[in-house]
Amino acid sequence: MLPSTQRKQRIDELAETGPGPDAGVSLAASAWRRLRRNPVFLVGASIIGAFVLLALSSPLLAQHDPALRLLEDQVSRAQNEIPPPQPGFPLGGDQYGRPFLSRLLLGSQQTLLVAVMATVIGLGGGLTLGILAGAFGGWVDTLVMRVVDVMLSVPSLLLAVSIGALFAQQTQFTVILAVAIVQVPIFGRLLRGSMLAQRASDHVLAARALGVKERSVVFRHMLPNALGPVVVQSTLSLAVAIIDAAALSFLGLGSGDTSVPEWGQMLGSAQNFFDSHPQLAFWPAGCIILVALGFTLVGESLRDALDPKNRR
Amino acid sequence: MALLEVRDLSVSFARKGEPTVTAVDGISFDVQPGRTVGLVGESGCGKSVTSLAIMGLLPRRGTEVSGSVLFEGTDLLGLSQRDIEQRRGRDLGMVFQDPLSSLNPVVPIGLQVAEVIERHRGVPRRAAMSQARELLDRVGIPDPDRRLKEYSHQLSGGMRQRALIAMALACRPRLLIADEPTTALDVTIQAQILDLLTTLVADTGTALIMITHDLGVVAGMCDEVNVLYAGRVVERAERHELFAAPRHPYTAGLMASVPRLDSSGEQRLSPISGSVADNIPWEQGCAFCPRCSNALQLCGQATPEVEHTGDGRLLRCHNPVGEATPISVEGP
Ligand SMILES: Nc1ncnc2c1ncn2[C@@H]1O[C@H](COP(=O)(O)OP(=O)(O)OP(=O)(O)O)[C@@H](O)[C@H]1O
Ligand SMILES: [Mg+2]
Repeated sequence: MLPSTQRKQRIDELAETGPGPDAGVSLAASAWRRLRRNPVFLVGASIIGAFVLLALSSPLLAQHDPALRLLEDQVSRAQNEIPPPQPGFPLGGDQYGRPFLSRLLLGSQQTLLVAVMATVIGLGGGLTLGILAGAFGGWVDTLVMRVVDVMLSVPSLLLAVSIGALFAQQTQFTVILAVAIVQVPIFGRLLRGSMLAQRASDHVLAARALGVKERSVVFRHMLPNALGPVVVQSTLSLAVAIIDAAALSFLGLGSGDTSVPEWGQMLGSAQNFFDSHPQLAFWPAGCIILVALGFTLVGESLRDALDPKNRR
Repeated sequence: MALLEVRDLSVSFARKGEPTVTAVDGISFDVQPGRTVGLVGESGCGKSVTSLAIMGLLPRRGTEVSGSVLFEGTDLLGLSQRDIEQRRGRDLGMVFQDPLSSLNPVVPIGLQVAEVIERHRGVPRRAAMSQARELLDRVGIPDPDRRLKEYSHQLSGGMRQRALIAMALACRPRLLIADEPTTALDVTIQAQILDLLTTLVADTGTALIMITHDLGVVAGMCDEVNVLYAGRVVERAERHELFAAPRHPYTAGLMASVPRLDSSGEQRLSPISGSVADNIPWEQGCAFCPRCSNALQLCGQATPEVEHTGDGRLLRCHNPVGEATPISVEGP
């Protein structure tokens, strides 16, 4: 975990990778040109592509209802036995005798949902704060940034755990909310930084000199040009959300309803079987790591591509 | 009545932990309707700050503005944020130095022009777009239908500045401020842009404040010239009179340091010695005195006051050129 000052610095650096003088469409075009040839991006994008495809098609691929204890008769608590792989059940069953492969396949849906929802909510909150601070400046800015800095000074996982623990009953939604709230200050600080840079830019001054209304200055001239770093962070944040959600589940703060499978929660419920049946943890953990890696690779290569210092 | 009367305009910047910088120190000048007035001076003498102050575009915090800027009798400095916003683009236009960074990179050119028309004329998008097309055509952008949809990076430097001029003049403001509009352009393009400005300003009857450090530009288009030094006007005259007989040693120095095409034979260029870093504060004497070839002892001891020298000229100097020790400067 990065110390908070280092995290702030990282965010601010990212904010500075915003569009240079010849930004905008040219930036997007040249970024795309470089991305297409970047193997890191291609690997990451392939992983994400496969993951999304899997999530969408998993209802067709999964052969069994993930909630049904189809192999319950093969489970023996006393002898610590769970159903082994067998015809029709390539990965066997879990500790309740539910079909493991089907659960794993369908788990991708929930995992994608958690990642996307948490990022969207975090992004929404962060954008609101960032726009408020960056557009108005003054005491609004000071107030918003104080709150943001306090949140950033707590390690992100600890913050997510604390928020998750606040809810009386944990559901998928509370997991999403806890993970999302952690993302808010990151997006907020990021957007505020690049909004401030835009505020001081020539084209914003030129727009003001034409009498463009303040609202239009903020939303048409500042915001679209300030979004570059936020796009990068959103990709990275998808990875973080998946890992944070898994961690919450692992710590017993995940959704209590296990009939709908989710990788983090599957990993969490496998903790008691690490010694005897490591495959119960191995598969969901592997999937989580792979998908998080995919988002991270894409995010990092996006950042390189959008960094004006790397432009040719 | 003058279109614009700038009276005793002062601007100072105060930042925490830094000494206060007075960028503009009691500048006064008038702009008559339809006239072109030059503001000339070296880098850092306060030209841009003056124009931003007139437009009400200086940051509010940390900036102290005093004096008055009367536009058709209304003090622009006293207007509310909303009122000055409405006047910008409609009554007052401005063109900046760097055309690339002055355009929004993510909005097509046509939409940027149309936005101004929509804002001030209250016409719907479609009508604004067709007016934008006409405007681009009028400022000499070839194939305006295609250019309307293009982004700033797809245009050449000259075309970008043309587009910005189109925006600034879209609502026929009565005053246009051009802040070194050609400095960032190729030499060949510079003349075209100045030509365009001169023509448009003459056609629409717009008054123009031309900010430049290039005396060639002044000689080509200004009716009247204000020479600025360290935030104050040191000399003002009609263009012909100024070039025929500069009175302030700084003006004379500026002219002597410009290469001239019509100079016969070999004529050495003599740049002004020293830099603005050598200036003394105006309170102590004449700020230019350490660099002045005409300096007297008095110059470092007493602040020269503005003198109206009969022929409508204005001068701030203890020992003007052409009095005690005349320096020959050829007229145009
Ligand atoms: N926002 C600001 N904060 C502090 N000082 C400023 C600010 N803007 C301008 N200045 C100072 O005011 C002085 C005048 O600046 P100004 O930009 O008007 O010069 P200029 O005559 O336009 O020069 P140039 O030819 O380089 O454009 C400079 O010394 C500059 O450092
Ligand atoms: Mg300037």
